[in-house]
Amino acid sequence: MKFSNVLATAGEWLRGEGPHHQIVISSRVRFARNLRDRPFPGWAKKAERTSILDLVRPCVEDLSEMQDSFSESLQDLSALDRQVLVERHLISREHAAKGAGSAVVVNRRQTLSVMINEEDHLRMQSIRSGLQLKQAFKLVDKIDTALENKLEFAFDERLGYLTACPTNVGTGMRASAMLHLPGLVLSELINQVIQAVSKIGLAVRGLYGEGTEAMGNLFQISNQTTLGEKEEEIINRLTKVIETIIEKEHDARQVLLQKKPNTLSDQIGRAYGVLTFAHAMASKEALNLLSIIKLGVDLGTFPEDRRLPIDELFIDTQPAHLQKSSQQKLNAEERDHLRAQIIRERLKLFPKPDISKMARESGNGSIAGTIEQ
Amino acid sequence: MLCDVCKCNDATVFLTQILEGKMQKVNLCDACSKEKGVQDPTGFALADLLLGIGAAEEIEKGASTQKCPVCGFSQADFKKTGRLGCSACYATFADGLGGLLKAMHKGTEHVGKLPERAQRAMKLNHRMRALNENLQKAVAEEKYETAASLRDQIKQLESDLLNSP
Repeated sequence: MKFSNVLATAGEWLRGEGPHHQIVISSRVRFARNLRDRPFPGWAKKAERTSILDLVRPCVEDLSEMQDSFSESLQDLSALDRQVLVERHLISREHAAKGAGSAVVVNRRQTLSVMINEEDHLRMQSIRSGLQLKQAFKLVDKIDTALENKLEFAFDERLGYLTACPTNVGTGMRASAMLHLPGLVLSELINQVIQAVSKIGLAVRGLYGEGTEAMGNLFQISNQTTLGEKEEEIINRLTKVIETIIEKEHDARQVLLQKKPNTLSDQIGRAYGVLTFAHAMASKEALNLLSIIKLGVDLGTFPEDRRLPIDELFIDTQPAHLQKSSQQKLNAEERDHLRAQIIRERLKLFPKPDISKMARESGNGSIAGTIEQ
Repeated sequence: MLCDVCKCNDATVFLTQILEGKMQKVNLCDACSKEKGVQDPTGFALADLLLGIGAAEEIEKGASTQKCPVCGFSQADFKKTGRLGCSACYATFADGLGGLLKAMHKGTEHVGKLPERAQRAMKLNHRMRALNENLQKAVAEEKYETAASLRDQIKQLESDLLNSP
């Protein structure tokens, strides 16, 4: 598969409608694995990294899940293309900075990506729409078992899977979900939630993981520890916490509807106004306003069929996607201009917010969840 | 208050860490906090939990010269990067890593997935231990026929172990 094909279709996680998809944008599970007694990528010399890559890459490409995959060395991808992959969460920001000796393999549906020679020799990740940590885990677990037959992974009976960073040792697993929580942010309850979550050994982060800012009311929640707990236990614990947060988000929205309906309709109206008429828009402002429109769809002020165009704008207005669509490198000012233009065009067919319809939220996607399982 | 490390500048960064049940307080000046990587919380926790700022000086003298026999990685390298050199480093630096892993994780032992290879090896090792125990018992009880059969089983298992992937 070529890069243009990756670009042309949005990942399943963006189009899909997993359980609780209104609030849970995506679920991700990644395993870190290393080859026994070979230097980790950060310590290996270039020749060694290349030899590890040559050993690992064919094994990954041969997986039945990777038929017709997109597989590319990082050095053969332009800076812009790498950034596109970061914006789609298919590679990490750290991996995007790598050059010779590193590669990425992505399956056709973009539900599975394997980074070779990131911080560890292998970082395999599954990403699904909505709250589907278990399904994501199953897929990664399956390819891990398949790869294990061909490659000898570094494993210790006591410490489990050995990783470059001691924070990942044990299961080598990081499970995370991206949540859209405008209700908790607007009602200023979000810090309480973040604190409570941190206390029970889970981490809350911004849009692109560690050290990134929360934008567009998007928060990533993940397990902090990897040693001393089974994979399934970690997934179950995380799923339960996320379900509680979903409930809190729904509650916060109900309270806002009852106590501050004017504030809500004002926010939605303003977001609609600015997005429809602005001619320059920074990426952060766009995310924050799109978040409010997304909330508007959840609350019924916009028809349900407008959900997908809004969700797509979250990705399409990111800097690299913007430049890719315009086929040229743009400076910040040009990007802001183009971003505003794309948003105006997409919102042309958007009806005005119908505040009278703003009422109880529609279903929370639990039906889709039953079918999925 | 003076910086605990250089002892000449005023401390501007104050840290409290609980390490193995003991509270440690560290005060650093701007320059030393940068040098110790305190700006990067993950890097800081790794390097300092391992080296334990309070005792950093003594540990550094002894351990920093130790190198991993497989990849040549040293403790000083770990302090710099917060990452290890290869999987064998876990055994090389086991002493220093023990406390660090304890502070970092829920438990100290892996209870999750086992690779099939490891499962097979663990099963065989377990069986080998049982056979050896039985053999000793049989010899002690002067049951030589049983002992001979056990010895043959052990030999077979040894060759299985050698031939397993």
